[in-house]
Amino acid sequence: MPTTHDIDTGGKAPALEARGVSVFYGETHAVKGIDLAVPANKVVALVGPSGCGKSTLLRCFNRMNDLVTAARIEGTVGFRGKNLYDDDVDPVEVRRRIGMVFQKPNPFPKSIYDNIAFGPRINGFDGDLDALVEQSLRQAALWDEVNNRLNDSAYALSGGQQQRLCIARTLAVKPEVVLMDEPASALDPIATQRIEELIYELKKNYTIVIVTHNMQQAARISDYTAFLYMGELVEYGPTDTIFTNPREERTEEYVTGRFG
Amino acid sequence: MVPSAPDLSFRSGRNRNERIIGAILFLCAALSTLVTVGIVGVLLTQSFAFFRQVSVVEFLTSTQWTPLFQDKNFGILPLAAGSFLIAGGAAIIALPTGLLAAVYLSEYAAHRTRRILKPLLEILAGIPTVVYGYFALTFITPILRSIWPETDVFNAASGAIVVGVMIIPTVASLSEDALSAVPDTLRQGAYGLGATKLEVSTRVVIPGALSGILASFILAISRAIGETMAVTIAAGNLPNLTLNPMESIQTMTAYIVQASLGDTPQGSLAHQTLYAVGLTLFLITLSMNVVSQWILGRFREEYE
Ligand SMILES: Nc1ncnc2c1ncn2[C@@H]1O[C@H](COP(=O)(O)OP(=O)(O)OP(=O)(O)O)[C@@H](O)[C@H]1O
Ligand SMILES: [Mg+2]
Repeated sequence: MPTTHDIDTGGKAPALEARGVSVFYGETHAVKGIDLAVPANKVVALVGPSGCGKSTLLRCFNRMNDLVTAARIEGTVGFRGKNLYDDDVDPVEVRRRIGMVFQKPNPFPKSIYDNIAFGPRINGFDGDLDALVEQSLRQAALWDEVNNRLNDSAYALSGGQQQRLCIARTLAVKPEVVLMDEPASALDPIATQRIEELIYELKKNYTIVIVTHNMQQAARISDYTAFLYMGELVEYGPTDTIFTNPREERTEEYVTGRFG
Repeated sequence: MVPSAPDLSFRSGRNRNERIIGAILFLCAALSTLVTVGIVGVLLTQSFAFFRQVSVVEFLTSTQWTPLFQDKNFGILPLAAGSFLIAGGAAIIALPTGLLAAVYLSEYAAHRTRRILKPLLEILAGIPTVVYGYFALTFITPILRSIWPETDVFNAASGAIVVGVMIIPTVASLSEDALSAVPDTLRQGAYGLGATKLEVSTRVVIPGALSGILASFILAISRAIGETMAVTIAAGNLPNLTLNPMESIQTMTAYIVQASLGDTPQGSLAHQTLYAVGLTLFLITLSMNVVSQWILGRFREEYE
């Protein structure tokens, strides 16, 4: 399927570009030679049945797989004309530029303020930290709910608020790309809706890759959708096309909920 | 067809066994409680007898401890200073080393390395303390004396060093438990923000495990205060109100051994000093345990 990654990026260079990416966990071949270009300032959804390699592929985009001892990666991921897996690339710097939000909210056992300030502090931020914290919380649509209790523990927040805090925390280091692995799967419908609205806002300034199990969600928020199955990229294209007129029968069956 | 009522009555044999087992378990629990109560009771009554003859003020403020001499003085300070020298010196050695070892084991060591090192560390904690004492006297003391020739043969430094080495496994093992209990999702979150391994360890994992780490510190220090054999062998038996680690000292525990082995007649004032010192020691370790429980409860991190 040589054309699966050829989507129209409007003449702009893609923000991220996976070429022939394979991931092995010991003997398990979890991601099989995937080519996928992520256009800048768009939302790309990764969908597919459980265990098909969505999270694994996502973690390739900011070298989080480096932390899994068993994982071995082949192929290249282009980012601003550079291969993220080149020897002279520092994975710590990669993760600062390409942030990640996880499935379960994972705030640090610190105050709300210190959660946001964590990233800027370790990255040697020397500007106005208070202003940055406020800005990040506003971007994550959380400021109005927490501005009078920034010194409370982050654990005092609800699950949905915690997840928005984690998003704010990611934004505070000013990444260019935000990777999200099922960011709303642990949340109730109202909290989920807030996260979705947030993602819609964020794509003005960021490129977003999001893993989701929720087809309606993918249809609502993403510009492009990639359907993965058993480690392979079956089909990738504009979300409308994937949902209304997919090329592959397996894609249609999955997105319409007939299997998976 | 009407189903016949099932037999739900007690099966006598099984039920009787249950009750016997329950009674045995209760007896075991009651026994250990009774022994504790008994010991505390003896400590209290004997100490009470002691404090009827020696005022608490003298006990706490006099700078001489000579209960077995002609000219009797009953000031706990020299013994307390001895115990403090040993515990303080041991803490200076063991707390940082143990914590760093724990961070290494939990955050840096490969899975295989940890699987080998951790049990090894726990074996180290099982070496009889008399061995440590002998090691101090024949190995550490000569080194100290070659560096500082005026060092006494029995000296607090040697005892503190060896007790420090002795309690490193306690700190390392318990702190490692606390560090490992910090959920991996927190580490991932920090890495995702561009943190290095050192930053993840020092700014997320250690703060996240702080209560467990502090509890391991306190437990290790109270072990150092209670340590007897190694300290007596290495640091000597000379009640000495000093903070100079190169001098010979006597700790509270060492005094208890000395007095127990001596021929002080039952019921004499000299004999009762044993209980007064024992009570002091008991109160110190008890309050440390209470503090450590309080820290664990107060600062328990709730990970969601
Ligand atoms: N750390 C790991 N060690 C070994 N195998 C792993 C590891 N992580 C994932 N795998 C395997 O790799 C494959 C892909 O896993 P991955 O988590 O990427 O799937 P996923 O599409 O995100 O699934 P889900 O929707 O359930 O989150 C699975 O077969 C999984 O068992
Ligand atoms: Mg996943």
